Amino acid sequence: MRPVVVAGVGMIPFERRDEDSLMDMLATAGLNAMDDAGIGDRPIGSVYVGNMASGLFNHQVSVASALVDRLSLLPAAADRVENGPASGGSAIKNGFLAVASGFNDVVLVVGGEKMREVIGPKATDIVACMTHPQVEYIYGVTLPAMAGMFARLYMEKYGITREHLSMVAVKNQANGLLNPYAHIQMKITMEGILEHPQAHINSPVVADPIHLYDCCPVSDGAAAVLLTTEEIANKLKKPLVMIDGVGQATDTHTLQERSDPTDLKAVTLASEQAFKMAGIKPKDIDVAELHDAFTILEIAESEHAGFFPKGEGAKALERGETQIGGKLPINPSGGLKARGHPVGATGVAQVVELVWQLRGEAGDRQVKNAANGFSLNFGGFGNNVLAFVLRRKS
Amino acid sequence: MDMEVEEYLRPPELDLPPYPPKVVTLATGGKLIIRQARRDDVPIILEAVRPTMKVERDFYDIVGARVYAELLGWYRYRVRDEFCLMGQIDGLLVGVVNTRLYSRELGISLHTLATERGLRIGAHLFAAKMEYSFEYIGQEEVLITAESPIGFRRWMIEYELIEREGQHELGGATPYGLTRELYFKHKDRLVAGERPVPEELLAVAEKEILVASEDDILEKILGAKRRER
Repeated sequence: MRPVVVAGVGMIPFERRDEDSLMDMLATAGLNAMDDAGIGDRPIGSVYVGNMASGLFNHQVSVASALVDRLSLLPAAADRVENGPASGGSAIKNGFLAVASGFNDVVLVVGGEKMREVIGPKATDIVACMTHPQVEYIYGVTLPAMAGMFARLYMEKYGITREHLSMVAVKNQANGLLNPYAHIQMKITMEGILEHPQAHINSPVVADPIHLYDCCPVSDGAAAVLLTTEEIANKLKKPLVMIDGVGQATDTHTLQERSDPTDLKAVTLASEQAFKMAGIKPKDIDVAELHDAFTILEIAESEHAGFFPKGEGAKALERGETQIGGKLPINPSGGLKARGHPVGATGVAQVVELVWQLRGEAGDRQVKNAANGFSLNFGGFGNNVLAFVLRRKS
Repeated sequence: MDMEVEEYLRPPELDLPPYPPKVVTLATGGKLIIRQARRDDVPIILEAVRPTMKVERDFYDIVGARVYAELLGWYRYRVRDEFCLMGQIDGLLVGVVNTRLYSRELGISLHTLATERGLRIGAHLFAAKMEYSFEYIGQEEVLITAESPIGFRRWMIEYELIEREGQHELGGATPYGLTRELYFKHKDRLVAGERPVPEELLAVAEKEILVASEDDILEKILGAKRRER
C-alpha cells in the first residue's frame, strides 16, 4: 500500500445553519479543504461523502453525485458512504483505500449532515432508525436511552459517578470555547449542572443517569479532508500529516446480544488494528479525538481504545490527564459534546482537528508538540467503529 | 394631556401583591436575578427589546414586536392589569416575561423573551411568571399560547398543558391552560430560584438595568453564524 497524506482540511462552524442547504455546507467544507491543500487544478479522482440520513432529514439523496457537479469536479467518481454516526470515518477509510491502493492519486472526502431542518424529537427518531427495528426501535429505544442503560451498567461495574460524567461535560465545553468551529460556546460549571440543589432544573434527566449536559447537541455542519500520495503532497504547501493506521470492527446489532454490554469490543478491535498498522502503541499518542456523543462514552472509549485500563479512565479524568496540558488531552476540539455532532460530519471533523493539532495550527487549544494523534468514530451503539492513527512527518 | 379624556382611556387596575426577587444558579454558575419590573423601568427594557424585532429566526420579530407594544401599552396606561418580570445577570438585562390578568382568577400569559440563549433563561423566567400567578396572586388558571416551536415545546409539552376552548387574547393557535394543580405537579422539576437574594447581588441588579448593545443582542440570538459574517 502507498502511504497516504492528509494534504488539506476544511470545515465550516457547526451550529444551526438555517440559511444553508446540505449541499451548501458540503461544498463549502470541500472547497476549504482544497484551498487548504493548495491543490490547484490537479484532478481529483474520487469524492466520498459521509452522510447518514439526508433522505430523511433533507429529502435529498445521491448527495455525492450532486456534490461533484456542484464543485465542478466532473467526471470524478462519487460515492455517498452511509455508516450511521460513523459515516464520516467510513468515508475517510474509503478515501484512504483509494489512494493507498493506487486507484486514485487525489481524493476528496467530505462529511456532513443537516439535522436542524427537523424538530428535535424527529431528529432523535431519525437517529434511532439505526437500532434494531423489531427488538429495539418498536419499544421506543433511542440513542440517549441506550446511553442511559450503558452508563448505569458502566457506573455500577467500575464505580463511576455522575460527577465523572459532569467533569467530561465541563472539560469539553471549556475546550469548545477555544474552538471557533464549535457549536456550543459556553463554559459550564460543576455547580451549575450537578452540585447546586437545583442543578437538576438546568440539566434535567434525559435517560437516567444521562442528563441534558451529558448529551451532544443536534447540529448542522460539514468537514472535509483532501487525501493524496506523499509524492504529490511534497509539491503542495502544507506540512505532511500521514494516515498511518486505520482500523474498523463491528459488533452485534443489538446491545442485548452482547455477553457483556459494557464491553465495547468493536472499539478495542478497531483501535488495536489501527495501532498495529501504524506500528505504535496507545502510550505514543499525544492527542485523541473520541466519540463523546454522551459523556460516558469518552470515559469508556478511552479505556477500550487502550489508553487506560478498564475502570481507570475516570481516575485519569479526575487527575486532569485528559485536559489540554495533561498527559493525554482528549477532545481538545470540544468533542461531539461541544463542537457538535452532525452525524455524517463527525468522523471527518475528528481527523480535521487532529491535522490542525499535528500541524500546530490549533490556536488556543493547541496541544504542545503533538506528533501522533488518534481518532475514534463510534457507529450505532458501538456496532461499527472506525479508528485512525495520524502522524506528523518530521 | 387632556386629563378629562385620559380618565376614560386609562383602564382601572387591580392591586397586585409584590413579587419577591429570587436568584437562580445557571449551568454556567452565573446568578440570574429575577425581579419585578416597575412601570418606570419600561423605557430601558424597551431598548433591549427593540433589536429583537429584526430577527426572523424563531419568531423573535413577532414576539419582540408584541412585547414592545404590550410593555409600551402598560407604560402609557393602555393595557389593563399587566405585570412584567425581568431577568438580570450582573445587572445586564437578559430577558423579560409578561402576563395580563383577565380576572383575579384567570391570567393570560403574554410573552417570554430571552436575549441570552442556551441557559434556559426563558424557561426560568416563564416559570417565575407562573409562580407569581399561582403562588402570589393566587390565580386558578393561566391561559397560554405559543408563537414559536421552542415556546410550544417548553410550555405545552413540559408542563403538560390542557387544551382549552375559545381563543387566546393573542389570537394564533389553540389556547392551552396551566391549572394550579398542574403547576404544583411540575413545580419541583421546572421552577428554580432561592430567596432571599443576597444583598450584594440584589444591589447590583437594582442599581442599574444594563442593556447590551444591539450587536451583542443579535450575536447572542443568532450565534456563530453572525460571528462568521
